[in-house]
Amino acid sequence: MSAAFAQPFAPLLAQPLPSAMFALEVPYWVSSAIKLGLVALIIPTAALVLGYVFLLKMMSFMQSRLGPMEAGPYGTLQLLADGIKFLQKEDIFPEKADRTVFALAPLVVLISTFLIYVVIPAGPNAVVAQLDVGIFYALAVSSLSVVGILMAGWASSNKYALVGGLRAAGQLIAYELPLVLAVMGVVIQAGTLDLQKIVTAQAQGEIFGWDGIGNPFILTQFVGFFIFLVAVQAELTQPPFDMPVAESEIVGGYQVEYTGFRFLFFFMGEFGTAFAFAALAAVMFLGGWALPWGDITHWGFNIAGPVILLVKVLAVATLIFWFRFTYPRLREDQLQRLAWKFLIPLALANIVVTGIFKVVF
Amino acid sequence: MSEFLRDYLLVVLFIGLAGALVFGMLGAGSLIRPTRSQPQKYLTYESGVDPVGSGWSQSNIRYYVFALLFVMFDVEAVFIFPWATRLEAYGTFGLVEMAIFIFILALGLLYAWRKGVLRWI
Repeated sequence: MSAAFAQPFAPLLAQPLPSAMFALEVPYWVSSAIKLGLVALIIPTAALVLGYVFLLKMMSFMQSRLGPMEAGPYGTLQLLADGIKFLQKEDIFPEKADRTVFALAPLVVLISTFLIYVVIPAGPNAVVAQLDVGIFYALAVSSLSVVGILMAGWASSNKYALVGGLRAAGQLIAYELPLVLAVMGVVIQAGTLDLQKIVTAQAQGEIFGWDGIGNPFILTQFVGFFIFLVAVQAELTQPPFDMPVAESEIVGGYQVEYTGFRFLFFFMGEFGTAFAFAALAAVMFLGGWALPWGDITHWGFNIAGPVILLVKVLAVATLIFWFRFTYPRLREDQLQRLAWKFLIPLALANIVVTGIFKVVF
Repeated sequence: MSEFLRDYLLVVLFIGLAGALVFGMLGAGSLIRPTRSQPQKYLTYESGVDPVGSGWSQSNIRYYVFALLFVMFDVEAVFIFPWATRLEAYGTFGLVEMAIFIFILALGLLYAWRKGVLRWI
């Protein structure tokens, strides 16, 4: 029976697995639908995982307490329970608010988060779209969230929201520059903007002729990595850069008038973006989905790649959230000073030094 | 359709996906959430007291100055990207050119610094 059954598949089975997997011509619309579905699953999951592991548990342990323990084993379902609670909340538009802009603001923030995921590679073929301008595109769409936050702050017609929105805009644009300039060092070293090629350059690179661990750019771009992490922290409006959402003075800033799911979208945007930025840092500085050993075009990396990437993403996220729980809030003048008088000159110097090393060596 | 356009079509589809998620979740919520309107619920929040004046108040001019500075520096940062990808081909010539460009850029930052624009008052 089995022989007869296998007969039509014989040519397929005779081939080695990789070509059998990719010889199948998947129609464009089908593959797009699969990618859309996967990312639509990944973003809320990423927000939940980061929220649970870091925001609830790691912060609790660092403060010598247990955190949520009731909902599910060790409180794992706490955020799901919160989500269900948000689902039941009344949808309130303040009377004086600009209704259209007020309703569109969370959408703009979420679009910005979704668009970053388009270029993050998780394997030789496991990427939504391999754009030539990769990292440039990611930085461009990530700064769209400023527009959404400013819309939220303005449309709420609330003094706290307006102050929060303006603070957020001032902070996000100030830290946009170090973020862009820190990436430049990696671009110089790899000679490309394409994130897949940046991964390949790291896996196949060598350190003074020794290729034991490839050349993860963190070894040469540690200054860039530091600037990138600080700027990411500020872009996420997380402590110590949480002036725009400071609860104790402006009661949540631009989020103050939002209820229920509209509020949750901002939360999802923040943690989804945290995951995306951690993934970008892992791809650019830690070697991404690749391991420096073996053939990185092997199809197996499409399965192992996401796991390797996830480990690196969690490592970077640990750093980001460790900063978040450790440092007290910076004042507005302090954070502008840090960006303009320290990070930007440092990033410019980093570009010049990297350029000199690239040309001379 | 070319591969190039297909890649960017995916970008457009992702915008649609975000929209579908937002409207889908809000739609699901509208089936079970209550709506009991009371005029007090729609007042602007101001720490529990009745709001005073308009929510759209005047704000600090500082933000405007920093936004202007940002626009200038961001536009110049865009020019560094194409150079960075091709540095290997340009060699010393490209390096000297970009060193001059970054020097002028840093001079602009220094000017703003000395003018006191970077000081938050």
